[in-house]
Amino acid sequence: MILRRNIFFIVLLLAVALIIDAPKNYQIGKFTLSSPSIHLTRPFIFDRELVIKQGLDLQGGTEVTLEADMSSVKPEDRQDALNSAREIISRRIDMYGVTEPSIKTVVSQDVYRILVALPGVSNPDEALNLIGQTAHLDFRELPIATDTATYADFKTTDLTGKDLQKASVTFNSQTGKPEIGLQFTKEGGDKFAEVTGRNVGKPVAIFLDGIPISVPTVQQKIEGGQAVINGEYTLDEAKNMVITLNAGALPVPITILKQQNIAPTLGAESVNRSLKAGGVGLALVALFMILNYGWLGLIADLGLLIYGFLTLAIYKLVPITITLPGLAGFILSIGMAVDSNILVFERMKEEIRKGNDWKRSMELGFGKAWDSIKDANVATLITTFVLFNPFDWVFLNSSGMVRGFALTLFLGIVISLFTGIFVTRNLLRSFHARH
Amino acid sequence: MQDTKLKILEPMKYWWLYSLISLCVIIPGSYSLVRYGLKPSIDFTGGTVIVWRTLINESSLREIAKSAGIDIRELSNANDIYTITTNPLNQETYQLFKSKVIDVKELSYDTVGPALGAELIQKTLTAILLAATLILFYVAYRFKNIKFGVSAIIAMLHDSLVLLGVFSLLGHYLGVEVDTLFVTALLTILSFSVHDTIVVYDRIRELKKKHGYLDFDDIVNRAILETMGRSINNSMTIIFMLLSMYLLGGDTTKWFIFALLVGTISGTYSSTFTAAPLLIVWDKFTHRKK
Repeated sequence: MILRRNIFFIVLLLAVALIIDAPKNYQIGKFTLSSPSIHLTRPFIFDRELVIKQGLDLQGGTEVTLEADMSSVKPEDRQDALNSAREIISRRIDMYGVTEPSIKTVVSQDVYRILVALPGVSNPDEALNLIGQTAHLDFRELPIATDTATYADFKTTDLTGKDLQKASVTFNSQTGKPEIGLQFTKEGGDKFAEVTGRNVGKPVAIFLDGIPISVPTVQQKIEGGQAVINGEYTLDEAKNMVITLNAGALPVPITILKQQNIAPTLGAESVNRSLKAGGVGLALVALFMILNYGWLGLIADLGLLIYGFLTLAIYKLVPITITLPGLAGFILSIGMAVDSNILVFERMKEEIRKGNDWKRSMELGFGKAWDSIKDANVATLITTFVLFNPFDWVFLNSSGMVRGFALTLFLGIVISLFTGIFVTRNLLRSFHARH
Repeated sequence: MQDTKLKILEPMKYWWLYSLISLCVIIPGSYSLVRYGLKPSIDFTGGTVIVWRTLINESSLREIAKSAGIDIRELSNANDIYTITTNPLNQETYQLFKSKVIDVKELSYDTVGPALGAELIQKTLTAILLAATLILFYVAYRFKNIKFGVSAIIAMLHDSLVLLGVFSLLGHYLGVEVDTLFVTALLTILSFSVHDTIVVYDRIRELKKKHGYLDFDDIVNRAILETMGRSINNSMTIIFMLLSMYLLGGDTTKWFIFALLVGTISGTYSSTFTAAPLLIVWDKFTHRKK
């Protein structure tokens, strides 16, 4: 009964895995084979296209580590400055039109970094030039006020982001609506008074990187270096505006610490070669198992096949971004996946030599090999833990390549324990019951 | 009882031979390690590696680099694909350099600032120490015996020395560099090494429980013989995978795979022929003292 339930479970799992594994829109004669896309909103949001995500080294693109020089920024403002910088960079990248860019900030002790990954970019230098600049905020006025004025008619003033000390969200004391409070430096306050003085009743525009972000109309000459922009802002809009304004006001000098560009063609070639190598290796391992252990080996190969399908399904579900070292980790784990089988089979041989019947030898084999299998794999799991550095410990590496390898190796070990022990054992039992 | 003692082979009698074989690899490797060290990649030293496809000839490429103020550390050319290693470049210098070379197609471009290199060395050492300590504790805990833990770690050191030595020689004679991926391979090998050692130790523990009356030598000999088939078979499957990747796979991971290959072979060897004899020698030594 238990055996039948287990076999049913394995078949069900395999079926689900196969559905997930199916390629997208693959034509076979009249039929189109395609894995489904998952869109769950309840009980939690779970959106998966079920495609294999390729890392930068496979699909080409560029990866940059930027360092923000915070020496001129007060410690309490540094996190804000970093966030603003990230905001600015992602806006620029959006302008450039990159699909699925990844922009992350990393803070450790005194180091403030931004990691930018732009997959599929064929001309990374152009994109980088955009990122490299520090945000430039300036105030512009309209010398001749007309109703048909366009943004191009605005002329720059000598008031820029350097004169702005800080922007913050404030609330109107009468209406309670969010406003944006500007505080200028002393010098900036004087300039601002001058600009507003000659533009009463006219608009003064605030441009960020040449794009207008706000065009308030001046009500009176403003002195004292304090100003309020009251437009019809929602709280979120006001907050975003403040981040952007502060980014212009706090231009953090950014330097490129590390950069990696990979041409898309190079990546595709690597994938093909790795897959071919994996195929050849897999065939050799399968053959080796059959030659060594006969039909037991065949069952192990069946387990290995199931292992392959399950792993691919998990890669698509998580989803795991496959990099070249990640691919190596996966291919390597195939070689290790049969380890538990070998341990068990060798044990079985011994038990049979001792005079036990086949069924008993098999059960004893699995039982006795378990201790070794467990202890041995824990050691590898410890290493994958150190390599993957899941808690982002500062004293350990967090390079994408190393992590990719650690993650696929980790999954390989866990899944192979499942297929090597649970799946193979139940398959062996059921085949034995038939005979 | 008498006949079991006579029948079994005694692989451990030749422990001196095994250490001799190990030393044959470790001594030249260590010598090279002390004398020449390893050849660090830009991951550690900081620098730029450019891979271009261009029809230009080498001398004019060098000249252009010189005029752009770029210091070329290394340059190689295979089928019009140039690999150029230089000091760390910034965007402007690189653009200038690239614009002066006609009809150039960038295949890859890597640049690492000098500050990151020192950081990586520190992180690498921490990772190795952390992994080794955790594994030592785990082994000592599982086998309730510090002797097992320490012997496993010595076998692990054996494998690291072999790997480092081989790469030092490769670096000196073939210019093979060690990079972040090499560090990854090294850490993976540490766990492989212990993986195999644990299987042997496990058998020793089991036999000790069952045949407590036997000498420790006999137990270890038996354990070795009984686990040999498994050790070799398992390593064979891993070696098949690695060999096919080394021979057919991409260039990026070529030396990474090679490092894993060296480590796997050394790991299999050391579990049987280093970790186990160590236990016997240690056992003899403590008994003599008593």
